[in-house]
This record gives sequence, structure tokens and C-alpha cells, in this order.
Amino acid sequence: MADAVVHHPSEAGAFEPPFLGAYSKKIGMWLFLLSDSLTFGALLFAYSYGRIATTNWPTPFGQHSIINASVMTACLLSSSVTMVLAVLAAGRHDRPWARNWLIATMIFGTAFIVLHAWEWNGLRAEGMTLSIFPAIPHAEATEMGKQASAVPQFAGTFFALTGMHMLHVTIGVIYLGVLAFGRKWLPVMALAAIGTFFIPAWSTFHWLTYPIIGAIVVIGIILWLKPKQYDAPDIEVGGLYWHFVDLVWMFIFPLVYLMSTRIT
Amino acid sequence: MAEHNEHAGHEHGAPTGFIRKYIFSLDHKVIGLQYYFLALASVFIGMLLSLLMRIHLIWPTAHIPLMGEIKPEMYLTLLTMHGTFMVFFVLTTAPQSGFGNYFLPIQIGAPDMAFPVLNMLSFWTTFVAFLVMIAAFFVEGGAPLHGWTGYAPLSAIPSAGPGETLGADLWIISIAIFCIASLMGALNFITTILDLRCKGMSLMRMPLTCWAWFITAILGLLAFGVLLSAGILLLADRNLGTSFFVPGGLVVNGTQIQHKGGSPLLWQHLFWFFGHPEVYIAILPGMGVASQLLSTFSRKPIFGYKAMVYAIVGIGVLGFFVWGHHMFMSGMSPYSAFAFSLMTMAIGVPSAIKTFNWLGTIWRGRVQFDSPMLFAVGFVSLFVSGGLSGPFLAQPLLDIYLHDTFFVVAHFHLIMGVAAIFGIFAATYYWFPKMFGRMMNEPMAQAHFWLTLIGTYAIFMPMHYEGMAARPRRYSQLTEVAWLQHLMPVEKFVTYAAFITIAAQFIFVFNLFWSMFKGQRATDNPWHSTTLEWTTATPPVHDNFGCKTPVVYHGPYEYSVPGAPNDYVMQTDPTPHGGHVPKEDKPLEAE
Repeated sequence: MADAVVHHPSEAGAFEPPFLGAYSKKIGMWLFLLSDSLTFGALLFAYSYGRIATTNWPTPFGQHSIINASVMTACLLSSSVTMVLAVLAAGRHDRPWARNWLIATMIFGTAFIVLHAWEWNGLRAEGMTLSIFPAIPHAEATEMGKQASAVPQFAGTFFALTGMHMLHVTIGVIYLGVLAFGRKWLPVMALAAIGTFFIPAWSTFHWLTYPIIGAIVVIGIILWLKPKQYDAPDIEVGGLYWHFVDLVWMFIFPLVYLMSTRIT
Repeated sequence: MAEHNEHAGHEHGAPTGFIRKYIFSLDHKVIGLQYYFLALASVFIGMLLSLLMRIHLIWPTAHIPLMGEIKPEMYLTLLTMHGTFMVFFVLTTAPQSGFGNYFLPIQIGAPDMAFPVLNMLSFWTTFVAFLVMIAAFFVEGGAPLHGWTGYAPLSAIPSAGPGETLGADLWIISIAIFCIASLMGALNFITTILDLRCKGMSLMRMPLTCWAWFITAILGLLAFGVLLSAGILLLADRNLGTSFFVPGGLVVNGTQIQHKGGSPLLWQHLFWFFGHPEVYIAILPGMGVASQLLSTFSRKPIFGYKAMVYAIVGIGVLGFFVWGHHMFMSGMSPYSAFAFSLMTMAIGVPSAIKTFNWLGTIWRGRVQFDSPMLFAVGFVSLFVSGGLSGPFLAQPLLDIYLHDTFFVVAHFHLIMGVAAIFGIFAATYYWFPKMFGRMMNEPMAQAHFWLTLIGTYAIFMPMHYEGMAARPRRYSQLTEVAWLQHLMPVEKFVTYAAFITIAAQFIFVFNLFWSMFKGQRATDNPWHSTTLEWTTATPPVHDNFGCKTPVVYHGPYEYSVPGAPNDYVMQTDPTPHGGHVPKEDKPLEAE
């Protein structure tokens, strides 16, 4: 039953049994994920549409890119494991360990973000870029970059898909912080929001700062309006979100990276 | 989950401060009214824009105060913003977010929506989208001219026209914000229906309004996510140098565009995958209201409750497989066109089920023609009139001839625009006593109805004939075109009809605000309806039922029950009244 609306706990039985026995937050999150999967689905449709319509779709990713993307994948998969452990710990009311596993999940998530941002800049330095992105200092176009820049759809779909996913991971890390630390996370979020102004304009991540600041403001409002300690159901719902973000990567990794491997 | 209620419990006493009570309220009723008045403001903006268009169509050189003469680009701007305001901020906002927010929790016996904070955020996010959209009028270059459908490449190239610079960016950003707001609202609606129905309110005992809001919310949940993606990609095309929607070698205003490799068809697919369900988002709540009102004012149970539910579900499901019928002109394969055409025609079946059941509901009923009933009957009339031209347009061969003519304008205005607006009017006249504790003035309401019904038919019926006579749509000025001269009297007639219809809407607005303060005091159940909102205080208190949760024993439409002392049985009435209990109303213990 929804925690937000039942006025008198004695009245919790005054309603029809909830759908599949799930509490409202869980249903809400499943619905959001359903909608979000269509958002990603539309982006993947755009990617497939562009790829099928182009005869010379580039396949430039070499050993270096694939190894890097595999390490990123490993980070996300490990974070899924730690997330499961966090949910289990919360389920047996073990708050300290629930927090520790959440922090571990956030560390893996942050590692993914750093590796990804680093990879973006590397790819742009090699010449796989969009016309609006400022030149990266000491950039040198490689064969891979030349191949990629011949088909602008390649970089466009790459940055749209991975950018949207990166946004989800970043918001996910902020969200997990809320679950782990509650209101104490507010100053960290404020620092993070201020910190985004120091991201240099040539960095690809710069383009994600606006939606991230927006998300921080919204999360801040919710934290301010609903000051509470987050319990097992909250952590389970956060886990649903985090696993979904991992799952989306499991589509992006083969479709965008593995299917565009340089065949030698 | 009762154990974690106490954390959030304190914010659910009735708030006392003005700001928490009326501005940043968590109360679904206040949020519903906020949506309603946002839609009311938007409908007047949209109406003003359409008035300017109608004036321009017959007096192209007329001097408009503050604007001067309307240039062709300006005409396209009016067209775009009229469509945008009407579709997003009126037809999506008022019937679903407005009335749905207010009455959905009450009709299922819940004290509030499942996520009150999310509910507040979704309204204020919509409001931000509204402000951003308004801002598009005032930036350099003005509002965009790519139509409410935002077809690329026109929408993707900033140099394509005067409004296509900053104005178009604001338009896309506003739509993206609106998508996020609608997603929040939709998942709140669905969760509320799934988890917060009071004891005895099984799914098959919900009023049809709730079913309509439920299916509409599912459509919104699935459709707006796709539009959000499309909007982000369009924004990237305009500002990040990608080319998802811009083909290579495009020359715009004498300059070759640097983009290459994209496809305008991709935009059409993504947009209409949202756009067609959006049509049902606009009309389904109206269908729910019409069902509720026809049953109430005919004093008869709704004819075929289950069939009505399945028809709503069927329309919702089929609505996701027909987006291609908006694209018959795009050169799609005839085989795809055939498939889309077949699916589109199939929607006629559940629509006809609904229509015949409405007629069956009125048939031999003791019909009371109060103003809500008049508008509900008007809704059915407009739904049939607008719907009958649907099977014409669903056939690719006919559509290729009619698609870019006024025939299509007439079709979608009747069925999606005016019919849905009649649903809003019907709901307003019906629920006004509950929302404000006073009755609306009946003579003014009757005058409003007849002027609006005759006026809208006078506007849109001739447009069918104009369309068949090949009068193209979206053109700014056709007064000098020789082969359309014989249509000019019709054009004038339509504009005069628009003047009268728009004037009639001021009767409504006056009645609305006058009755709020001066109307006759309403009783708790002035229409003798059976659903839960009529068991509450008038207007309902903060948590709707005053610290208790109702228990439901009956289906929603038990009128003229034999043996009952009144001619209606409230849903909360624990007695079976002469044993007349429909099959799905078996006692609670058996469920």
C-alpha cells in the first residue's frame, strides 16, 4: 500500500488488494521503466534505421575500444551484483551493510562514468566527432576517425545512445546516494551541481550538465519535501532502476560496439 | 506497508498556508483545478490564433491591431501554435490531467493519488512547458512555423524560416518538458488505479470514466517516451550538428545544408508513433464522460458495460498499430499502407460498439436534457460525424487525394478537437456542483450548447466539401486563386460561423465564473448519480471522505433498479434492493 496516502495505519486494509501484491512505489518504478524502455527503444530504432539506410556504415572499433568497453561492461555488471547485495542487506534490516553495498555500487557506477567520458574524449580526439563539439587539444585524426566522419550518422547515433545512457547512469549514482545518505546527501548534490560549471567546455560530458542540474534540482525538491530515512522497499525500487540501466547497456554494447568492430 | 507510513504522514493533514494550499498543493483536487485553468487559458490562446487565421483567409490584407498585416510566414506560425496549444495544453491537459486528477481518486474511493509529490511536480513541470511555449512568441524571429507535427527537415534547419531559429528550439524544449510531465502524470494515474481502489471497487465496478482515464494513462506512458526521444534527436540535429532527420544535398533558401545521410521519414515514424495514440489520449476521457452522463441522465444502466470496457481497451491497443495512416503520402510501400489501412479500419469496430451502446443506453430511457446531457449527446453526435470520415481517410487511394485538403482539417477537428471539447464541457457542467458547491446557470448553459453545436457544425461541415473540391490546407492565401473562387462564399460563411461560435464561448466563461460565486447552492448529489464522488461533502474535504474509506457494494450505473425506493442505487449502498444484483456484483466475501 502506498506510504504516501494512507492516513491511519489501521485503515490499510480498507482497500482492494494491490496489483500483484506490489506496493505503489514498485509499480510506479516498473511503469517508469516501461516508458523509459520505449524512450531507449526509439533511439535504438533511429540507430537501426540509420544503419540499414547507409551502405557504408563504418566498423572502426579496434582492440583498444573493445577492451575499454568490456571493462566498462564489467563495471556495470559488478555494480549489479553489489546492488543485489544492497537490496538483500536492506531486506534483513542491516542498514550499515545496505549502505556499504550502495556505496560500492556508486563506486562502480562512477568508474563507468569516468571510463566512458575518457573514451568519448579519446574517440573525439581521433576524429569521431560532431561538428558542434570544439576541437580537443592535441587531437590527431586517425584512420578510424576518418572512417567514422565519412558517415555522420555513425557519431550521431553513437553519442545519442551512449549519451542518453550516461545520463541515466549519472542520475542513477545521484539517486543511490539519496538512498544511502538521505538528507545528508543534499550538500553533496549541491557541490556536484556547482562542480558541473567547472567541466571544461571541450569535454563531451559538458553537454550532459544541463539535464543533470535539472535532475539534481528535482531530486533536491523531493528530498526537501519528503525528509525520511529510506528503507528496504525504497532500496529495492532503486535497485530496479539500476538494473534497468545495466540492462540497457547490454543492448548498447553489442549493437553499437561489437557490431561495429574492425574486421581484419 | 503500513510500517513506513508514519514518516510521510505528517504532510497529509490539510495544509493551512496559502502557498501550500493553493499553489504548491499536494491535494489532487487543487492540482486538477490548476490543470483545468491552465487548459482554459490555453484554449483562449488557441482560439485567438484560429480567429486570426480565419480572418486572414477571407481578408488577407486586413490590418490586425498590434500585428499589422498577416504575412504567409505569420500564418504558418498561427497554424503551428494553434495546433500546439490545442493538442498539448488543452486536449491532453483538461480531460485527463484536469478532471482525471480531480475525480479519479474520488471515484475509486482513494484519499489522494498514489504519489502526491509527483502529482504536484507534474503540474508544475507542465506549467514550465507552458511558459517556455509562450516564450517562443516573444523571441527574435517569433514562434516556429513547422506545424504541430514538427515535420523535418523544416523543423531541423534553423535557416529555413523566421521562426525556425530560437523559437523552434523553445518549441521542442517545451514539448520535451511536457513529455516528462505527462509521463509523471501517467504513471501516477496507473498506480493509483492499480493500488488504491477502496474495498469492493473491483476493476469491473469502476465507472467508465475511470476506465477511460486508465487506458489513456497507459497510452500516455507508452507514447510520450517516444516523442521525448524524437524531440532530443531533433534538438541534436539543430544544435549539435547531427543529421538524423536531414537528408544530404538539401538546399534551403539558396544555401546548401552541411548535414547528410538522415531521413525525414524517421521523424514521421517517431512522431506518429506518439501522434496517433495522442489522438486517443484526447478523445478517450470524453468517451468515459459521455458514458457516465448518458447513463445518469437516461436513468438507465449503461448498455453493455463489459463491452464498453473491452472497446476502450481495444481502441487503446489498436491505436499503437496505425501510425502509418498519417504517412500514406510519404511514398511508403503499398504493402505497408495496406496493413496500416486494415488496422485503421479495424478501429471502426470498437468505436461502433461504443456508439451503439451509447444509443442503446438512451433507448427508451427517461431522458433528462439538462446541460451536461446535452453536451454528452453532442459529443456522440460529433463523434459519429467526425468518425464517419475516418474510413474514407483510412484508404490509401482516397487519402492520397484528400490528405492535403481541408477534408482532413474537418475530420480531425470534428473528432479530436470539438468532440473532445464537448466532453470537457459536459464534464464541467456535470461536476461543477461538486467542485464549487454551486450549480451553473442553466439557461446560459443551454444557449451555450445550441450556439456551440450549430456553430461547430457550420464551421467544419462545409470544410469537407471544400476539401473534396481540392481546397488545400496550410496555405496562407488563396483568395486570388482562380480555380478556388467558387469556394470563397463558403470560406466567408465558415469565418462568420467561427465568429459566432467563439462569441458563444464567452457565455461559458462568464457562466463559469459567475456561477462560482453567485450560482444556486448545490446539494451533495444534484443529478442523482450513483458514483462515489456524489457521496462526499460539497466540495470534498481535504482527504475526500473525511478520514474514512468507503466500501463499495454495487456497480457504477444502477439506475431504475426494480424494487428500489429511489430510481438509483448508490455504489456505497449496502442493501441489494430487491435482489437486483448484476452478475459481477456478487458479495464481497466471494471475491
